[in-house]
Amino acid sequence: MEAVEEKMVTPTFIRGAEAHRGEEVQTKMEVRNLDLHYGNFHALKDVTLVFPENEVTALIGPSGCGKSTLLKTLNRMNDLVDGCKVTGAIELDGKDAYKDIDVNDLRRRVGMVFQQPNPFPMSIYDNIAFGPRTHGIKKKDELDVIVEQSLRDAAIWDEVKDRLKKSALGLSGGQQQRLCIARALAVRPEVLLLDESTSALDPISTAKIEELVGQLASKYTVIMVTHNMLQAIRVSTKTAFFLLGEMVEAGDTDTLFTHPQDSRTADYVSGRFG
Amino acid sequence: MSGSAIKENVARVLFIIAAAISILAVALICVFLFVNGIPAMATIGVPEFLFGTTWKPTSGIYGIFPMIVGSIYVTAGAILVGVPAGVLTAIFLSRFANERISAILRPGVELLAGIPSVVYGFFGIMVIVPFIRINMTGRGFSLLAAAVLLGIMILPTIITVAKNALDAVPKSYYEGAVALGATHERAVFNVLVPAAFSGIMAAIVLGVGRAIGETMAVVMVAGNQPVIPGSVFDGVRTMTANIVMEMGYAADLHRGALIATGVVLFVFVMLISLLFSAIKKRGEVR
Repeated sequence: MEAVEEKMVTPTFIRGAEAHRGEEVQTKMEVRNLDLHYGNFHALKDVTLVFPENEVTALIGPSGCGKSTLLKTLNRMNDLVDGCKVTGAIELDGKDAYKDIDVNDLRRRVGMVFQQPNPFPMSIYDNIAFGPRTHGIKKKDELDVIVEQSLRDAAIWDEVKDRLKKSALGLSGGQQQRLCIARALAVRPEVLLLDESTSALDPISTAKIEELVGQLASKYTVIMVTHNMLQAIRVSTKTAFFLLGEMVEAGDTDTLFTHPQDSRTADYVSGRFG
Repeated sequence: MSGSAIKENVARVLFIIAAAISILAVALICVFLFVNGIPAMATIGVPEFLFGTTWKPTSGIYGIFPMIVGSIYVTAGAILVGVPAGVLTAIFLSRFANERISAILRPGVELLAGIPSVVYGFFGIMVIVPFIRINMTGRGFSLLAAAVLLGIMILPTIITVAKNALDAVPKSYYEGAVALGATHERAVFNVLVPAAFSGIMAAIVLGVGRAIGETMAVVMVAGNQPVIPGSVFDGVRTMTANIVMEMGYAADLHRGALIATGVVLFVFVMLISLLFSAIKKRGEVR
């Protein structure tokens, strides 16, 4: 019940809900009848889910429910896992992510921020410039603009503008994570995947990143996995609840937390298990 | 004293003795080298010894400059040959080779490390030297032959150490790179290799240490004229070759001069070892 009370007084949520009222919602990514096996383990079972454009969708559920697995399927990071088999359709703007889109292009368009901050052991500037350079931007002045814009968008420019040539490993954990967000933004993605990206951070850094995600939703489609239901309520407009590899229920964050349709969702959001 | 306390003390003494053996060995080698080498160097004159370009023991002229240059040339040549091949092999083994290929390659590299240097020498005499003589120029016993042979000999050291450094790079760096749309090649060469840079440098320095100290194989293919070589096809004599070739019959000051050559070699190896620790430390700080 605590979760519900929190929602009622959180302005972020209300703002997010109002912003989209009356607008026609475009589908950015879509998953249809997705089954995923790790060897013999059936990790995702017939998942069908739509991710609307310029909204924050939260994937929630207990550990091992498949929410991170789904996230890693959206940019095909699961390709790196031996014995991972995917069937069903994953579409980005109506194109099949496994058949019609080159994997490196898919990963450029669908950026990812990991659970643990993972800046490269190089300068802050080179961290951000790595992506653009990968995709063929070599001119220094062009890169300078992208680096500054990305760092500004990730709300870390003021903290690092005087030390761009210093190693990124010298930053605090929260700064490193925002740097990783900036690095993901630098390749001009359309979708941003956040894989429990605040779980390794302190409360202040977490708050900064949550605020940032709220701002990013105006330009990007954000899909975030979170363990923290309050975070889902604070940040997202859509929520999908997963249990044992199944997508149990999805809908407006507001509705899902206040009037869940499925009794399992009701049990989870009221804290009875998980 | 209780039983366990006795056991503990015995164990401690054993460990101390074991540790002392290697320390003692290094200390004794130092003492031996310097006690025998320094007086000879003083008698000859340090500048004359280090920078004299003529080595003629029969006339009592002991200048080891050609040998110092020879050692540096041969080692540099070995690096030129061995480092690109070794580092690229390490990258291949660590990040590109599938199970089947590395199952063949890895034992191959280990075997390369176990071959006695005299066997390398035979290979040099039978294959590299004739190849140079027939297809290029000169007698074949040359700086080039020694460099190529040594380049092959340092491969296992470089491959093993560089591969370990690459294997130790966190997986998250690789994931971060490909998640930005980087190809496997770009992730490896632009993120993983720079991340393993200090380890790869350490591999190269260890290779240098191995190359500069190698004796038998070099003696067999280098020609061994105590003269500064004019080209890579000329013969060359390294410090190690100088010692091993003449020690058998040298006496008095000649003998002292050879031991002094060992002192110079020792200083070189010590510098390399210091460089190695410095690189390692820098890598850890990062």
